[in-house]
Amino acid sequence: MKLKGAKIVTESLINEGVDTVFCYPGGSVLDIFDELYFVQDKIKQVVTCHEQGACHAADAYARISGKVGVVIATSGPGATNLVTGIANAYMDSVPLVAITGNVALSLLGRDSFQEVDIAGVTIPITKHNYIVKDINELGKIISDAFYIAKSGRPGPVLIDIPKNIQQAECEWEPIPVRQVTHRVPDFKKCQSAIDIINSSKKPLIYLGGGSISSEASKEVLEFAQKIDAPVACSMMGLGGFPASHPLYLGMIGMHGHANVAFTSQECDTLIAIGARFSDRVASDRVKFVKGKVVHIDIDNAEINKNVKTSAHIVGDIKTVLNTILPYINESKKPEWIERCQELKKTKVLKETTHSVSPREILRSISRQTPNDQIIATDVGQHQMWTAQTCSFEQPRTFVTSGGLGTMGFGMGAAIGAAIASKKRVVLVTGDGSFHMNFNEVVTAVVQKLPIAVFVFNNNTLGMVRQWQKLFYQRHFSNTTLNRPTNYEYLAKAFGADYLEINDNDEIDQKVKLAITCQKPVIVNCKIGIDDNVLPMIPSGKSAADIIMEMGD
Amino acid sequence: MGENQHILTALVSNKAGVLNRVAGLFSKRGYNIESLSVAFTEDRKYSRMTIVVNGDDYVLEQITKQLDKLIDVIHVAQLKPEKSVNRELLLVKINAPADKRTEIESTIRMYKAKAVDLSPKSMIIELTGESNKIDGFLQVISEYGIIEMARTGLTALQRGFNSIKQFKDANEEEING
Repeated sequence: MKLKGAKIVTESLINEGVDTVFCYPGGSVLDIFDELYFVQDKIKQVVTCHEQGACHAADAYARISGKVGVVIATSGPGATNLVTGIANAYMDSVPLVAITGNVALSLLGRDSFQEVDIAGVTIPITKHNYIVKDINELGKIISDAFYIAKSGRPGPVLIDIPKNIQQAECEWEPIPVRQVTHRVPDFKKCQSAIDIINSSKKPLIYLGGGSISSEASKEVLEFAQKIDAPVACSMMGLGGFPASHPLYLGMIGMHGHANVAFTSQECDTLIAIGARFSDRVASDRVKFVKGKVVHIDIDNAEINKNVKTSAHIVGDIKTVLNTILPYINESKKPEWIERCQELKKTKVLKETTHSVSPREILRSISRQTPNDQIIATDVGQHQMWTAQTCSFEQPRTFVTSGGLGTMGFGMGAAIGAAIASKKRVVLVTGDGSFHMNFNEVVTAVVQKLPIAVFVFNNNTLGMVRQWQKLFYQRHFSNTTLNRPTNYEYLAKAFGADYLEINDNDEIDQKVKLAITCQKPVIVNCKIGIDDNVLPMIPSGKSAADIIMEMGD
Repeated sequence: MGENQHILTALVSNKAGVLNRVAGLFSKRGYNIESLSVAFTEDRKYSRMTIVVNGDDYVLEQITKQLDKLIDVIHVAQLKPEKSVNRELLLVKINAPADKRTEIESTIRMYKAKAVDLSPKSMIIELTGESNKIDGFLQVISEYGIIEMARTGLTALQRGFNSIKQFKDANEEEING
């Protein structure tokens, strides 16, 4: 059938199974929005306050649903406002399709109104991108974009569609959706990894976000139990292994649990699964682990990128584990497990809190919410406290900006997560992060989403302040905020509810109110300015340099 | 070829922006391109890029793997200098006053180069060969005074019946299909 380009876009989205898009209209995408008007019953359209919020929402939607997130924006500023969101999805390997309008082909390259070479701009932060120059290619490009976004190591793909292409017509038939299939790894290539795993006396599993995107939790659990190996998750891997399981040790990395840092120094084999040895994990790449390293990852380019491996298997985590599990010897390692448990008991932090305890609030949230509660965060101290303190039992329950560390991610992400899950979402943010994109509270109100926003308000950019204390002679340059924002007025102006936590005694009660509230609620948590995130392994240092205590 | 120089050959889609993507990958990852030559192949859908890079084995492995991840890169492989034919084209314009012409012409003959343009005071010489031969020729000819020059950078093909499509790829998972 002969269709307009814009109609090919909406029909292709429906064909790809897209039921929700996050978007913001504008001159160069009007034709697509005109077609979206006719498919409101098939595609839910969530308009945000800013394109960045839409992109973060699409990103979180993908993380929660396991589907491809879709964001639509106009040309020029609309497109550039997506850049941070796209970069965020790229760093965390999130499948995302970003559709931008552009000026007509005849105006491209002439510095026309609201024209920007968004394909050029996003080359380094997309898995692939397209400028559609021929209407006959549009359908194939959209189909390819979805396949590229979700196959292999997932990532964002951008499609830039000039206005005249949206208006042109051509023949279109739905293209059958290509399912992602995974090649079973050649057994010979797994042999040396299997041998190392089978001969290991003191293994440690370092589990990353790849295990979650591969839906491999069941296999990971079986694998860990079969070899009796303790498990440490990267921040992206949280939820990939149940936190209440006896083999679970905690989080690994700069602000990971101290016992994990010491365990990684003592293990004879580190088995990295769907993780990429980020500098926030393998700070000192040489001293990071003394034993052998076995690396299982879908992306061949990650092998030996940061840490030299003794053996590796390239492939989808679920497929690889299913392939090797029959050849893995079942064993018990009581002495090693006992040693890990001893470290877990002894390498604990002394908790000092100045006023309202951020960790106590998080423990209360954990206690009072179900195992499948989705918790989103922004970036900073509150993010690390959440990652350390909340116990994540199931995959796809923790939504955070890992690789890019995007302040302002949280509010958009909470919206995407709430829409994907159709459930209440808890957002933990800081006063710095919240101020970056709190306009999206409006979106949450309009969409009637029960999002409980806990603002850890300490009047400072806490994580930066902490670095200033440690490495910049307490020069608190521009980190003390002293903003006059009245959170109560702000919440009410936007149509949200408001709560305050001023004392440890009221934490449980206020958390309960927040997590039963039927609409967005802002909880102003007045924590102290000098609560620190510990432990901390300074950048470039190793576990031996871990900081367990620090003064104000 | 220096010890740390490597030749990569890549079959890529012949589309606008692909060169930008490949060059961008090098700058993003901080790798230095010594030379890059590119033109379409016997099949107009594809171009061949010959890339000379500087770096140790780690850099080479990373570049190859990262290149192979690009959707527009169909195949990428390393060429061993001893198992491939490597050529570069040089055009060099030198001072060539009448009294030096005979001398210059004998140098040209020795290097199997060609004079391709003459003017009363200058001459353009064309030379094809391996890069070190071109380096040598330039050294010899520079005493006359080089007015300007252009070199293409290396282009290369594997010896024997094989084509790049039969080379083992850095990444086994292919997206193009």
